Amino acid sequence: MKAKHLRNRWLGLLPLSLIIFLSGCGQLEMTILDPKGPVSQMQYDLIVYAFWFMIGIIVVVFALFAYMLIKYRENRPGRKDKDYDPNLHGNTMIEIVWTVIPFIIVALLSIPTVTTNYALEKPPEPEAGEEVKEPLVIHATTADWKWFFSYPEQDIETVNYLHIPTDRPIEFRLTSADSMSALWIPALGGQKYNMAGMRTKLYLQADEEGIYDGRNSNFNGEGFAAQTFKVHAEGEDEFNAWVEEVSSEAPELTRERYNELLKPGLTDKETFSSTHLEYLQHHTNEDMGYVVEQYRDLFKEKLHLYEIEKQETWK
Amino acid sequence: MHITDILVTGEPIIYGAMVSMVLVGIALLFLLTYFKKWGWLWREWLTTVDHKKIGVMYILSALLMLFRGGVDAMMMRVQLAFPDLGFLNSQHYNEIFTTHGTIMIIFMAMPFLIGLMNIIVPLQIGARDFAFPYLNALSFWSFFFGMALFNISFVIGGAPDAGWTSYTPLSGAAMSPGPGQNFYLMGLQLSGIGTLATGINLMVTILKMRAPGMKLFHMPIFTWSTLVTSFIIVFAFPILTVALALLTLDRIFGSQFFTLTGEGMPMMWANLFWMWGHPEVYIVILPAFGIFSEVIATFAKKRLFGYNVMVWSMIVIALLSFLVWVHHFFTMGAGAFVNSIFSISTMLIAVPTGVKIFNWLATLYKSKIEFTVPMMWSLAFIPSFILGGVTGVMLGMAAADYQFHNSYFLIAHFHYVLIAGTVFACFAGLTFWYPKMFGHKMNERIGKWAFWLFFFGFHVCFFPQYFLGLDGMPRRLFITNVAEWLPLNVISTVGAFGMGLGFMVFVYNVYYSFRYSERETTGDSWNGNGRTLEWATTTPVPYYNFATVPYVDEIDPYLRMKEEGKTTYEESELKPIHMPSYTAQPILFMALLGLASFGLVFEWMYVAIFGLIGGVIMMIVRSFDYDDGYYVPVDEIKRTEKKARGL
Repeated sequence: MKAKHLRNRWLGLLPLSLIIFLSGCGQLEMTILDPKGPVSQMQYDLIVYAFWFMIGIIVVVFALFAYMLIKYRENRPGRKDKDYDPNLHGNTMIEIVWTVIPFIIVALLSIPTVTTNYALEKPPEPEAGEEVKEPLVIHATTADWKWFFSYPEQDIETVNYLHIPTDRPIEFRLTSADSMSALWIPALGGQKYNMAGMRTKLYLQADEEGIYDGRNSNFNGEGFAAQTFKVHAEGEDEFNAWVEEVSSEAPELTRERYNELLKPGLTDKETFSSTHLEYLQHHTNEDMGYVVEQYRDLFKEKLHLYEIEKQETWK
Repeated sequence: MHITDILVTGEPIIYGAMVSMVLVGIALLFLLTYFKKWGWLWREWLTTVDHKKIGVMYILSALLMLFRGGVDAMMMRVQLAFPDLGFLNSQHYNEIFTTHGTIMIIFMAMPFLIGLMNIIVPLQIGARDFAFPYLNALSFWSFFFGMALFNISFVIGGAPDAGWTSYTPLSGAAMSPGPGQNFYLMGLQLSGIGTLATGINLMVTILKMRAPGMKLFHMPIFTWSTLVTSFIIVFAFPILTVALALLTLDRIFGSQFFTLTGEGMPMMWANLFWMWGHPEVYIVILPAFGIFSEVIATFAKKRLFGYNVMVWSMIVIALLSFLVWVHHFFTMGAGAFVNSIFSISTMLIAVPTGVKIFNWLATLYKSKIEFTVPMMWSLAFIPSFILGGVTGVMLGMAAADYQFHNSYFLIAHFHYVLIAGTVFACFAGLTFWYPKMFGHKMNERIGKWAFWLFFFGFHVCFFPQYFLGLDGMPRRLFITNVAEWLPLNVISTVGAFGMGLGFMVFVYNVYYSFRYSERETTGDSWNGNGRTLEWATTTPVPYYNFATVPYVDEIDPYLRMKEEGKTTYEESELKPIHMPSYTAQPILFMALLGLASFGLVFEWMYVAIFGLIGGVIMMIVRSFDYDDGYYVPVDEIKRTEKKARGL
């Protein structure tokens, strides 16, 4: 009997260890659970809302499971005859109950899911009392394995880094020059695909200044791991000053230079005082095959990415 | 073309693999010759149409593939836990995760389950073989040559590297030149023929060949799950066949269905792939549910709770499985309305699945749970699968999925459902029906070691990956290049090796049990707790399965048979049994199609045409084949049964 008691006490510690493990992870400050803008905040709220339902389900099932295993194991001391009913095979009432409850849970999860689905397709609304700002339009174009960010209003373009003003919605217009990729800045919100011949829209916004990690999250070949960028979120004045500086100091993006950059491979950060949008519209039917037609032979070569990784140019 | 253009060169790991493959091959040839087993191999196995032997071959192949896919997984885990070692470069890693995914789904999970169905379903319904035994052999050999073709890619020609989803335009000829992607297309196409044929075969077998009196709602639940699965196969696999064919035309013959040039539509691939791919998920999970239901009822020594509801929930899941494919690419920008529809349909699947979970729990209520190894796998499934299920619902919420998609949260989710569901079921089912197949049980003590190692390894491996996903780590990343992600990756790798160890102990148990396990003397191997007809036959099962087929008019018919002292050998009712003849046609036919596929992979058209013409000739040969099988005389049945029953 004593040994059994001991074992039960150890079993009791299992949930405790889970809690310790979870709280330990909490200290890691996971990006998605630490939103830095209204879009990631909406998604965070939805995740947390769903999370509590899921915890509820897990607790109910685990409790029932543990009860059945302990009470109805064959060699439990003190089993009685009434603990065994081999022909018990249904109970309409309880079956209806456990069919209806999941339906209710699905309904309760569907409502905020649908409203958030719709909310994500619009610029985030300003908080009460703040003025409505027009979204800043940035064309985010991928090519194997780099990012082009074109600011048509400001007439500037950056490669592999991004500057955005805080407290203003950003309207990303996503497309790709070749393979399918996805723009993901987890601190600011979820991802969407960049596809050649298509244009998708993604609204994000930063509420806090800072430098955030952005990347292509959709596997697209050998250089995938290197297709990352930093997002510099800064106050409006600072952002405008940066635009000013780029416009006056950076070189223009010539068609030759852009063609050079489109070649499959990795490049460093670059800055230009004009955009590629005037030469090529990768989202159109005319231009969607441009890179593939131009560089068909280059796609046959391998990068041997480890060598590049060691130079830490893209860390 | 020179030989060095075909062989993959320059990778020490691959040289190692080549050498070990050659050595194993030589060893096998030597053993077969030394023990004079060539004739035995040909007569008893390669030309067989016996559903039980074909099932065993399926399972052996699947275990081999579990090993190969597992080694791929270990290599990935080593790379991610020790990024500074320089163990794998990006290209090699990409090849490995592609083959890992493809092999585990197409060449491990499905054939493992189809192997169990092969052996058990005819026994459960009182049939003497499949409806089309020749076609069944054909199915196996199409799978086998498809598997072989896919697997040689890493030493000859280069492995595919565009992910198991093979998304266009990346997997098209422009961005993935060379034979690698062709191996994927032809390997899947060839084995897909077999899967589709098996679907039809099982469907007809179950609908037409049940024991007298057995209505659909008298069938054992594993047979039900097989029937539902075969319907999914028959409706889903043609979509894959068409998609693969279109992409093959693109890559080899220069058409432009999924290309960026010529106004192709690369996104169409994602749609076609997942219109097959999502039902495919249920093809590998419903039979698993069936296995758990059988095992739990047997070792709870109690009738399955809510049999009718269990059946209907499987049917509802099967229908819904065709209506959710868009949830694999919510982020493609289809808009809020489309995403909302597919969010809701996705979450609805949780309802019938939840009902099944509660039914299993209710089966345990007022039962007598005996903790045998198959029961432990089945019980462990319930809490583990719940963790995968609830995160699946979270992934189904489109707005939240924007953050989860392509991340390790997704990876953790589908490993939780596929391992806790399908893999646990494969182990449970194999251990459960092992005595039926081989005439002895697997050792329980070693089996428990394998279970606990695998079970803990599994949770340690995949639970941390949820948190990696929440921290923004994307899938298919070849290097852990963010310092915060490293600790959890190391933990995950430790777990993966736990699973690997568990698998090795399992395989050792096969050897140990072969040497030392007690041989079965009765057909009802688990202490007389068998409930369905497969336990009513003797062990080992005679090649004609049932000397006399019992009349069945209830669920769990063997329980009553035991009470009434009935067996599947009623001497007064014996009649000669009609059995199909063994034939070498299926293996030859599929070898020729395998050759054609190999030719297409390298775009050697003469080889492809030669193989295809050979295939057509084999069809003509079959059309003029008047072998209707043979009759087993009553005397021989008597002799066999008396020996097996010790009368």
